[in-house]
Amino acid sequence: MADVLTAPANRPAPPAANAGREPIRRTALGLRTLAVGYVGLLVLLPIGVLVYQALKPGLSLFGDTLTDPDTVHAYEVTAIVAGVALAIDVVFGVAAAVLLVRYRFPGRRLLSAFIDIPIAVSPIIVGLALILVFGPDGWFGSFVQDRVINAQPGMILATVFVSLPIVARAVVPVLEQAGVEQEQAAASLGANAVQRFVRVTLPTIRVALVYGTVLAFARCLGEYGAVLVVSGRIEGETETVSLRIGDLFDSDLNTEGAYALTLVLMVVSVAAIVVGSIIRRKRL
Amino acid sequence: MTSFLARRRRVAATVAAAAAVLVGVSACSSSSGSKTVRLVAYSVPKPAYDALAAAFAKTSAGKGVDVKGSYGPSGAQSKAVLGGQKADYVSFSIEPDLNALVKAGKVAGDWNTGPTNGLVTKSVVVIVVKKGNPLGIKGWDDLIKPGVKIVTPVPSTSGSAKWNILAAYEHTIAEGGTPAQASEYLKQFFAHVVSRAQSGSQATQQFLSGTGNVLISYENEAIAARQAGKPVDYVVPEQSVLIENPAAVTKSANKSAKAFLSYVESEAGQEIFVSKGFRPALAGAKIGTVAGANDPANPFPTPAKLITVESLGGWSKVNDEFFGDKGISTTLEKA
Amino acid sequence: MSVTAPETRAAAVAGGWGTPRRRRGRVREGLPLGGFSGTSLGLVVLWVSLLVLLPLAAVVGKAFGSGWGDFWSAITNRENRDALVLTVALAVGVALVNAVMGTVIAWVLVRERFRGSAVLEFVIDIPFALPTVVAGLVMLALYGQDSPIDVNLYGSRIGMFVALLFVTLPFAVRTVQPVLIDLDRDKEQAAASLGASPPVVFRRIVLPQLMPAMSSGAALAFARALGEYGSLVFISSAIPYHTEFASVIIYGKLQEQGDAPTQQASALATVLLLASALVLVLLDLLQRRMARHG
Repeated sequence: MADVLTAPANRPAPPAANAGREPIRRTALGLRTLAVGYVGLLVLLPIGVLVYQALKPGLSLFGDTLTDPDTVHAYEVTAIVAGVALAIDVVFGVAAAVLLVRYRFPGRRLLSAFIDIPIAVSPIIVGLALILVFGPDGWFGSFVQDRVINAQPGMILATVFVSLPIVARAVVPVLEQAGVEQEQAAASLGANAVQRFVRVTLPTIRVALVYGTVLAFARCLGEYGAVLVVSGRIEGETETVSLRIGDLFDSDLNTEGAYALTLVLMVVSVAAIVVGSIIRRKRL
Repeated sequence: MTSFLARRRRVAATVAAAAAVLVGVSACSSSSGSKTVRLVAYSVPKPAYDALAAAFAKTSAGKGVDVKGSYGPSGAQSKAVLGGQKADYVSFSIEPDLNALVKAGKVAGDWNTGPTNGLVTKSVVVIVVKKGNPLGIKGWDDLIKPGVKIVTPVPSTSGSAKWNILAAYEHTIAEGGTPAQASEYLKQFFAHVVSRAQSGSQATQQFLSGTGNVLISYENEAIAARQAGKPVDYVVPEQSVLIENPAAVTKSANKSAKAFLSYVESEAGQEIFVSKGFRPALAGAKIGTVAGANDPANPFPTPAKLITVESLGGWSKVNDEFFGDKGISTTLEKA
Repeated sequence: MSVTAPETRAAAVAGGWGTPRRRRGRVREGLPLGGFSGTSLGLVVLWVSLLVLLPLAAVVGKAFGSGWGDFWSAITNRENRDALVLTVALAVGVALVNAVMGTVIAWVLVRERFRGSAVLEFVIDIPFALPTVVAGLVMLALYGQDSPIDVNLYGSRIGMFVALLFVTLPFAVRTVQPVLIDLDRDKEQAAASLGASPPVVFRRIVLPQLMPAMSSGAALAFARALGEYGSLVFISSAIPYHTEFASVIIYGKLQEQGDAPTQQASALATVLLLASALVLVLLDLLQRRMARHG
């Protein structure tokens, strides 16, 4: 991509542009340094320090924390909660995206706005909201007592809430861009809705869907605030890895353990983005 | 073209499947065989209960028993159990948090008629300082000197906070002061409090992270911090309150939970508590050396003036008097 | 905030980079609802309402449940009010910084291809994918008591500000970036050939076109920062009137016994929700107006 500030070669460059080339280069360099410096200091430096702090006490302590039975339970709980939440996200996300882009109905804009809401809601408020509805004094009263709040379904609901828009929003632009022609053609050839979806729509959105799923996965994995509120912090049952990190830090006074587990979670999340980036690149 | 009805059935099937998954997941996760003990406790005894659970599993009564612990601020945990959180064994910082469960019918009224009167641990309120005691704190009156920043949890959720406030107020009376003087002291005490921790352990964590320069906490928490290698010292003030922590099994508890409670109250269990810095509730329990105590050979000195809640009229009276809507502490905190 | 709004918002959530070049104009036509899709839509709507609307409505309901008086006293009580003010101030500050830095970074990524720009691309996405508790501890590792560079921001508002900058980094960058990619260079080249210096070209030609995306990113950063909990709670000592922020108070109140604290928590939550809603609605209006005026 040619630098737009350099005049094209076949047009006589006005003296002003030519004479100003040095300052332009310097500004460009300055901007580059600013951007790289800012991101480096803000993101890379702290992450680097965390890696250092996590590994400083030594690999055996690191290993001990990761294989501690409570931690292993946390892996299991996280796998269930994040897994189920992700499945729901994907199903809902695709359905919502297709419906919003391909169909018209009254209230379409409204629905779209509602799906976007979770981005702007604090996770703690998500937890509060779920407790008000599903808690002991909630709308469902004692029927759901302890089956939702302080139990895994509540955590799944909380996780779904915060990650809901991600898949839909990843898929929507691709669907919009692809246009309806292919699907209309399929319809005119006699394909029903399901066939249209599986044979035409799905392949179109495949890459965006995978990318959205990866992002949603990272989000589900890492949810903290919302599950903090709805979980009873029951070891082996409602303690996810994020919650365990918090507990290691707060209750166990085990800072090294907390850092060690943080490193693990960070590696997994970063791996998720790497996978996502690779998938996007391949598409291009 | 598949029929409209067939499509509807497919959708319905998907929904049913999803619902089944959710229910299945929840059923799976809340499996409580007779070998599971759901323990709901206040925040600081976690390391002790972890050790107790491990030791209990080695006994014949405890073979195969899985203790699932949930720890948090005493008041909040009590509220959670009232709200439906399943619990077999409950362990709180202060008696009112357990009485709330008795009143709600979750715990039998005779919980305190056992060999230890329903208590599992004792302790005293101490003043925790940075290693070396740079401010030279010797007692309560040093806490209201300029520059002292006190870390203590909030009484609205924490049992530890209530013990601390009680001790702060009563020490003046124990010194021979009047209630008015005690109130004045407490007011100044609050003016020096800088934290807003919700539980005893959270207060400890805040203190260790750099908030304030003095922490009021349980003696066992100070010892635990030192056992964890944290750079702190602690002072047992001349006047302090005797902390007594109750525990009980719920009405719906299974045999394993009852066995666990017996174990906790037995000599073996009490010894484990002692090793973690708690004073035993069982009379005559062996007290060996306790690592982390100021003097490991004599880890549990008796303060010159040890105030008991009993002598103040019992917890119900005290809870109301201090922490009720018009309580001494409630009014002074707002000031 | 609709699906037909500029893809900037969609791109922000999806991570922007790599979204194929969009055609001008949007797909307006839609198939009518029928059988299968009708049922699916019904399901979707049901799910959205159950999961999103009802609980949020419950929060607002609880906030006003015991009347306007209780609501008002909950948010004007000195401690809560100070926390709200701090939270909003931090969120506004972060939004502004992000509007600027987000544009700078997007510019550098789009207009200056250099060795390592791929790495920069990747690093920017990290805060979005990182769990908040991880972000919190990452911040604490560098800026806490045991900081290896001897910088202790624990318990300081600056520390909180930095933590918020960390988690909101991707938002503005990812909203501005797609717009920059798609920008029509003709106008810029025309202006340059007429003698306008680069800063002028930027200010007069480029910037106005970026404004919608910048404000979109800023608004998202604002909304995120307003409700942030996990990454803030470790570096902030949550001291009343000083470093206590809204979500930590809400969380604390949920642990307290009794019903009044839950009402107060709901009141605070309602204020936060309204603030986010307001900003996002204003943004939508602003963008529609900008789109009309070209």
